Amino acid sequence: MIKQYFLNTWSGIWTVLVGMKITFKHLFTPSVTIQYPDVKVELPERSRNRLYVNMDDCIGCDQCARACPVSCIEIETVKSVPGDEVGKTSNGKKKALWVTKFNIDFAKCCCCQLCVFPCPTECIKMTSIYEFSEFERDNLLYNFATLTPAEVDEKKDSYAKLEAEKAAQKAAAAAEPKPVAAPAPEKPKEESSNN
Amino acid sequence: MALKTEEMVLNMGPQHPSTHGVLRLELELEGELVLNVRPHLGYLHRCFEKHCEAMTYPQVIPYVDRLDYLAAMSNELTYAITCEKLMNIQVPERVEYIRVIMVELQRIASHLVALGTFGLDIGAFTPFLYCFIDREKILSLFELTCGARMLYNYIWIGGLSHDLHPDFIRLAKEFVQYFKPHVAELNNLLSYNKIFIERTANVGVLPLEAAINYNITGPSLRGSGIKWDLRKNDPYSIYDKFDFDIPVGKGTFGQVGDCWDRYFVRVVEMEQSLRIIEQALEQIPEGDVTSALPKRVKPPEGTVYARTENPKGELGFFIVSNGSLNPYRVKVKPPSFVNLTVLGELCKGCFISDVIAILGSIDIVMGEVDR
Amino acid sequence: MIFDWLSSLIGNEIIAGIICACLPLFLFILPFALVAVLMERKVSAHMQDRLGPMRTGYHGIIQTIADILKLFQKEDIMSNEVDKPLFNIAPVLTFIGSYAAFAAIPFTSNFIGTKLDLGIVYILGVSSFGVVSILMAGWSSNNKYSLLGAMRSAAQLVSYEIPTFLVVVTLITVTGTTSLLNLSEMQTGHFWNWMILGGPGLNLTKFLLIPFMIVGAVIVFISTLAEVNRTPFDVPEADSELVAGYYTEYSGMKFAMFFLAEYANMFAVSAIVSALFFGGYQSPFGYLGNLLGVSWLVPFEQLFWFTLKGCLFVFVQMWLRWTLPRLRVDQLMTLCWKYLIPFAFANLLIVGLLVVL
Repeated sequence: MIKQYFLNTWSGIWTVLVGMKITFKHLFTPSVTIQYPDVKVELPERSRNRLYVNMDDCIGCDQCARACPVSCIEIETVKSVPGDEVGKTSNGKKKALWVTKFNIDFAKCCCCQLCVFPCPTECIKMTSIYEFSEFERDNLLYNFATLTPAEVDEKKDSYAKLEAEKAAQKAAAAAEPKPVAAPAPEKPKEESSNN
Repeated sequence: MALKTEEMVLNMGPQHPSTHGVLRLELELEGELVLNVRPHLGYLHRCFEKHCEAMTYPQVIPYVDRLDYLAAMSNELTYAITCEKLMNIQVPERVEYIRVIMVELQRIASHLVALGTFGLDIGAFTPFLYCFIDREKILSLFELTCGARMLYNYIWIGGLSHDLHPDFIRLAKEFVQYFKPHVAELNNLLSYNKIFIERTANVGVLPLEAAINYNITGPSLRGSGIKWDLRKNDPYSIYDKFDFDIPVGKGTFGQVGDCWDRYFVRVVEMEQSLRIIEQALEQIPEGDVTSALPKRVKPPEGTVYARTENPKGELGFFIVSNGSLNPYRVKVKPPSFVNLTVLGELCKGCFISDVIAILGSIDIVMGEVDR
Repeated sequence: MIFDWLSSLIGNEIIAGIICACLPLFLFILPFALVAVLMERKVSAHMQDRLGPMRTGYHGIIQTIADILKLFQKEDIMSNEVDKPLFNIAPVLTFIGSYAAFAAIPFTSNFIGTKLDLGIVYILGVSSFGVVSILMAGWSSNNKYSLLGAMRSAAQLVSYEIPTFLVVVTLITVTGTTSLLNLSEMQTGHFWNWMILGGPGLNLTKFLLIPFMIVGAVIVFISTLAEVNRTPFDVPEADSELVAGYYTEYSGMKFAMFFLAEYANMFAVSAIVSALFFGGYQSPFGYLGNLLGVSWLVPFEQLFWFTLKGCLFVFVQMWLRWTLPRLRVDQLMTLCWKYLIPFAFANLLIVGLLVVL
């Protein structure tokens, strides 16, 4: 009982001293923190931050939007008309779709990288930019599509015209035996990623 | 004449420094004594299980990360194992090794947070930051491997998203060597500190029988003195290939199953995880980590349940598949939630300060409790 | 003496008295609090492998000034349900309590607020003033956390007066004086004349006294630490349990008053420990002024040593705070009643016997 009492006293003092020795040692170890905006950590090559889309390579296949678990990618495409040169991807594939809308909402994006893997042309990738905060949430909606609204309208119109022409031809071809009303021009294909 | 006294109801949380997130505790107090504790949940409810039904199987993984966000790798492993069991996928050897390394590193990281915040709850601020310094090193290893520090989306159904970085093995070995003396330092600074022992020993004693009746799992169960660890008792992945011990609470400074035992089980577990990592780093074979990834995750109809030993306890996923791309139903058996149920039992008749200590020693993460 | 000099300069004793009373506040306590807050942050930061404030000024040296300016600007938030008079008085009262102690602390051999013969007893008396204000703050806030903090504090402060006083009585039996100025004067010369090393004189009693004096110094340091509510004895604040304890509801300048009082208190108790055991303002190696024959240099040297010793003990307080966990309320009482008081009693008994012999 008495022995326990003095043992308690001793262990109390001793363990406190041991702890103090450790913290005193740390007083002279160099700091592990850095002065953030002045000094920045070099991110590893695989770091996942803001997405970047290289629109030159994008073929508008919508795979990234379908893979996204939070539906933050929104893609709309219009088929090109014959004679319209959409361009080639960097690996030489010919593109067939005008990407009229390619929005990524970084307010929703969870940087899970699921969109990067299915991309056939490797045009969507994670960058090491992580400082893109905004005061307005709307500013986080990034538009990657390169077409101007006027161009988008033009592409839509020309595709609609083509469709109408095709439909008219079909109708004309079909109308000979029995006339059928020409089908209404098909709307540009709208794709959303909501599964 | 005796003074008329009244029980005081103290509302602790959801905004409180020590309720580990948004747990709300309703304490019935008589002075400093706690008569009753009622936890109120749901402040962080995000409809995880319902969400899963609208996701394809791979899309669930980022959500799984957000259950126990301090141990995202472990959650991913459990989910991946469950889906692999459903689809009958055999993953390559190298994948298994990498998974084990990652999960054990994650266990250390999770325990470091648990120990650090436990110290913080008791009032010691400095060990908390020492723990976080070491945890940051682990997170950097993860970042090197998959690019994310907390929510990895790394362990996929049938494989991994990336192979190891060429530097990883060297850096991981360096980390193991670096971390070993830090466990001893933590012990000297906090575990064996007399004040810390006084605060935690004989506080919140969880008898073995009660622990089993409440279905407590993980370090909290082992703190009560039973060797129950799924890595040994129901080996999954390749845990049967490694040599490691299961620490149990021995009642070193008080009764078996007190806060100190639960705390110290975690400390020893970190050392054992280091052993597993060391062995795995030595034995890791070469191979392709993406070879077994299914092109399209479309499991056959059926139900499956798989469980693993997470840092917090036994995590299980129950998945009902109707043969489509989306799971029909995903049910989680979350260790934090189950372990939290015993809080009311443990806190009866203790002090307010002990409530904080007990809550810290069961180590809950609200992301998993509320889902 | 500064008071005499001031009254001859101004010709009015009352004004001179007021100026004299304000001097330590503006010359010492406020600057000290500013430095101490920064020191606390820097010490804690470097102990935790961080850097602490780095932005305002070189290595953040004007951080506390910026903080004080911010606190001045802040709205004084007061809930409708508080007991307004008590709520407003409490921070002022806390500060008065800690400031009053400075009246009897000798800064140098020439500067002491008042040459009280009962200096140390007076200081112990006014330091219990803090209990009243803390109780007031806790009760008037109408907040359960504040109330719990205040209740803890009352029990704590009252209990820890006892071991402090027992050690002081030990010292009184050795030195025969209760004036801190006399006590400091006794320990003049070199550091082997300090009370921790048995006091002045060279005889067997001195050497026999040394271990008991060390025990006494440790006890008085621990119990004064508890009186200023620092970790490991910060149960009234207990930030992880009671949010912020008795000053949960305070904001702006009222909060700053509590803060200032805490740091003033820290220095006051450090000064008491150094005056009792470590020679107060006395230099450990003799004075440069005496050596060179420049007598006006001596008080400045004394002020320097006094501040240095005070800061050293404040540093130890911070060191302990960033090392140790917090005790529980009942353990706090156990430590006081079952450990400190018996040890202090035994110490008193043995020292008394030694002095009689």
